[in-house]
Amino acid sequence: MSRVAMTVNGRKVSRECEDRTLLVHFLRDHLSLTGTHVGCDTSQCGACVVYMDGRAVKSCTILAAQAAGSEILTIEGLAAGGDLHPVQAAFKANHGLQCGFCTPGMVMSAVDMINRYGADLDEKTVRENLEGNICRCTGYHNIVKAILAAAQEMGAAGRQAAE
Amino acid sequence: MYATTYHRASSLADAVRLRGSSEEAKYVSGGMTLIPTMKQRLAAPSDLVDLRHVAELKGISVNGRHVRIGAGTTHYEVATSAEIKAVCPALCHLAAHIGDPHVRHMGTLGGSIANNDPAADYPAAMLGLGAVIVTNAREIPADAFFTGLFETALEEDEIVVAVTFDAPERAGYSKFANPASRYAMTGVFVARRADGGVRVAVTGAGADGVFRHEGLEAALAGSWTPEAAAGVAVDPSGLLSDLHGSAEYRANLVTVMAKRAVAAS
Repeated sequence: MSRVAMTVNGRKVSRECEDRTLLVHFLRDHLSLTGTHVGCDTSQCGACVVYMDGRAVKSCTILAAQAAGSEILTIEGLAAGGDLHPVQAAFKANHGLQCGFCTPGMVMSAVDMINRYGADLDEKTVRENLEGNICRCTGYHNIVKAILAAAQEMGAAGRQAAE
Repeated sequence: MYATTYHRASSLADAVRLRGSSEEAKYVSGGMTLIPTMKQRLAAPSDLVDLRHVAELKGISVNGRHVRIGAGTTHYEVATSAEIKAVCPALCHLAAHIGDPHVRHMGTLGGSIANNDPAADYPAAMLGLGAVIVTNAREIPADAFFTGLFETALEEDEIVVAVTFDAPERAGYSKFANPASRYAMTGVFVARRADGGVRVAVTGAGADGVFRHEGLEAALAGSWTPEAAAGVAVDPSGLLSDLHGSAEYRANLVTVMAKRAVAAS
C-alpha cells in the first residue's frame, strides 16, 4: 500500500491504494468517478481514455502510482459548470452515441485530436485517430461527424477569441 | 495482476540501485507492453522501477545528419519531431503508426527495443538504420543487440539510454498490420547510404525476431527500385507460421513490403 496523490479535474486528491492499482480503478473505485469506463481491459477499446498531463492515455494500462503527481482530466471535468463541452454538445447534436458505453473515451479522444490538429481536422485524420477507440453501435459515421463539427466550432471560437 | 512494489527512479544511478535492492525487479517506462503482460499474469515482477522521470533518458538531438534519441522519448514525440523529419522522415512515419494515439503518448523507443517483440516496429528501424544502442554501460551496434524473440544483448540491470545513427540518404518503412491487433505481420525498413550501401530489416516475419535480408539488400544495392525488390524470392524457412499467416504467406509479404518501402522512400 502506498499513498498516491494527484490532481484530478482540478482537485488535489490523495488515497491509500495497492501499488498494482490501475489508474482507471483509482478513479472509479477510490474517487467514485465512474464516467471513465473499463471496456476490454486490454488497451484496445479506449473506453478508459483520460488526459494525463495534457495527453490522452489509456487509464487501464497505467498504474495509479505511475500517474502520481500528474494532472488528470476525466470526462467529469470536461463540462464548464452546467454547459456541455463543445465536443459533448456535438456528440449530442449529431447522435454520436447509442448505448453510450464508449462515449466517455470517444469524447476524450476527440478533444485530444482537436487539440492536436485544430480546425484542420479532416475525415481521414479523424478515422485514423480513432484507431484506439472501439464502438460497437454506431458504425462510427456519426462519431466522425460529431468530431468534425466540434473541430469546426472550436476552431471558429478560437479564431473569434484571437480576434 | 499479482502484487508488486512501485519505485520511481530520479536518475539512472538511482534506477540501478533500486533494481539491485529488490528481488525480481523490472524497469518500466511507458509500460504499454509490461503493464498488459502483468495484467495477464504472464509477468510478475516483485518490484517495478519507473524510468519515466529520469532526465538522462529524455531528448532528441540532430547535428547535421547525426541523430540521437533518448530512450525515454515517446512514439508521439518521435512521430512529430520536425528535427527528425528533416533528415529521416521514414522514422517519423514508423513511429506514427505504432499502436494508437493513446499508446503513442506513453510508449517509448527504449522500451520497445528492450522488449524486442518479434512484431514490434522499432527493431526494424534500428537494424535498418545500423543504429547504435547506447546503454548505461556500453554502446551496442543494432546488429549485435537483437538476439532472438524478446531477447536482447542487454544484461539484467542494463538500461537503454539512447539510440544514435547517421540518417541515410533514403529510407522507407512499410508494414502489413494485423487487422485486429495492428502489430506488424510483416514490416520492412529499407535504407540506402550516400556510398550506395543498403540495409533491409524485416520485423514481424522472422521466427527468431527481426532480421536483415541479404538478397533484398543486394538487389536494392544494384537498383533502388520497387521492381528490383519485386524480383527477390524470399525463402519461407525460418519465418513465423501461425494462425495469422503461414511462413509462405509472410515470405511473400516481405517482398511486397520491401517494394512499398522503397516506393515510399
